[in-house]
Amino acid sequence: MGDAKWIWALRDGLTMSKRSLMHIFRDVESLLMAIALPVSIMLLFVYVFGGAIQTGTDYVNYVVPGVIITCAGFGSSLISVSVTKDMSGGLFERFRSMPLQPSSLLVGHVVGGYLRNMIATLAVFIVALLIGFRPEAGLLEWLGVLGILTLYMISINWLFVVLGLLTKNVETAGAFTFPMLFLPYLSSAFVPTNTMPAWLDAFSKHQPMTPLIEVLRGLLIGTPIDYNLWLTILWFSGLLVLSYIAATLLFRRRKNE
Amino acid sequence: MNETVISVRNLKKAYRNQQVLDGLSFDVRRGSIFALLGENGAGKTTTVRILSTLIQADDGVAMIAGYDTKTEANHVRRKISLTGQYAAVDELLTGEENLAMMGRLNHLDKELIAKRTAELLETFELTKAARKKVKTYSGGMRRRLDIAISLLAAPEVIFLDEPTTGLDPRSRRKMWDMIKLLANQGVTIFLTTQYLEEADQLADKIAIIAEGKIIKEGTAEELKEVIGEETLELTFADTSGYHEAQNYMSGEVDEEARKISIPIRSVRQLRELLNDLYVKGIEPDAIVIRQPTLDDVFIKMTEHNKVEVLVNG
Repeated sequence: MGDAKWIWALRDGLTMSKRSLMHIFRDVESLLMAIALPVSIMLLFVYVFGGAIQTGTDYVNYVVPGVIITCAGFGSSLISVSVTKDMSGGLFERFRSMPLQPSSLLVGHVVGGYLRNMIATLAVFIVALLIGFRPEAGLLEWLGVLGILTLYMISINWLFVVLGLLTKNVETAGAFTFPMLFLPYLSSAFVPTNTMPAWLDAFSKHQPMTPLIEVLRGLLIGTPIDYNLWLTILWFSGLLVLSYIAATLLFRRRKNE
Repeated sequence: MNETVISVRNLKKAYRNQQVLDGLSFDVRRGSIFALLGENGAGKTTTVRILSTLIQADDGVAMIAGYDTKTEANHVRRKISLTGQYAAVDELLTGEENLAMMGRLNHLDKELIAKRTAELLETFELTKAARKKVKTYSGGMRRRLDIAISLLAAPEVIFLDEPTTGLDPRSRRKMWDMIKLLANQGVTIFLTTQYLEEADQLADKIAIIAEGKIIKEGTAEELKEVIGEETLELTFADTSGYHEAQNYMSGEVDEEARKISIPIRSVRQLRELLNDLYVKGIEPDAIVIRQPTLDDVFIKMTEHNKVEVLVNG
């Protein structure tokens, strides 16, 4: 019986992921936005600001990881909107009256968001290569990039599921995009942190985005990684576990105030 | 069969400092249609949400098919299906895809899903729209799809929270027919409504809820005895006709509006009444036949309560 429960939970997760994918590919506007935004941000940084920023390498090489995580953050934050929509309509009400695992129902949003982010990331890599991005990564490093990006995206996707569950209306949920777009700017994503005022430098060095970016940059263009790898894994697996637990608890409690 | 399938005892629920349910008790017989009739804010939806395990009561017990909604929620969830006030359908999917998705989430096998989907689309007259996105559906179609979905897994008890609110009269009639059809298949239906007519049309038993309590419970016939029947309202333009008419018929009079309201119990009585007027040459300005409304029930019930208080005091 215990086994059967797990299999059903997995199957339900798949059903819900399929639903999210259908949503993503039927909502062409959002999909195009999710792809166009990162590409434009990258072009903006490389061609407009890039000339003025000294990083010791070609700026396009420096900036690609930052662009990817900024836009993955933006893409993930859209999950809050769809979760809030689901919760405010009748659909999740019915789901909650069925004998289903909350995590199976929510995982669809996480998986869907992950695939949308991966499509956008692929687009960024392709355009970056066209405008002079020259990574030095071998197969192992690319797998590392995939692994780290997956951990990052899945963990913040769960975080945005939680925020979506906490929010009552779709407009508020939309506002969560703001901090996610903003946080990477206060890290080493676009400029080295030692160019910032001392207090900001201290903040930037100790927020999770900086180690994440350093790891990606190290894997892609060979800058030093050292302790940043463990720091990144610690930050984002911690976030993943906490968000996952919070999401499953909130799903049942929601509207029971 | 006289088996009780829903049993509710002394249910209480408060939100912040507002007592929404204040000692609700009732029983629903298996295979019957039970209507919870009340105004907005009377506690109908809260009751449905407690029974369908979405929220928990502060106090009291609600049992469905022998399982406690509080402590055995997952057992209860296997027996019920909920159609809430907001259509539980996915706008971006087609009607068919909605059914298929819910079929999978109900853990039905593939062939059964295909078979049930086709049947339900047919029953609810959605076959033509099956491949269209729900976004393009009318309110009535959405409701029908919603109810079709709730029937996929052949539940024992179906909750319908205001199934016809927001529908046009034609769609409402259609919905009534479908609900009757369901009841004939032996499912227990628990519905909430604010329309007396709807409860009258559908329910085997009606419970009237006000301020979180059942103030009256019975069959439609029993309730009508309390509320009174249809009334004929005669309005007169001039006082002489008004006074003359009063000589021939007894009813409630409204001096100011020059209106006489006479309870109507049969067509024959109505015909005789109008005949009388004609023979006597009395011409009313307006004739209206009025159905009793929920307002009448409340007025009557609150009058009753006042009388009881007086008697008890």
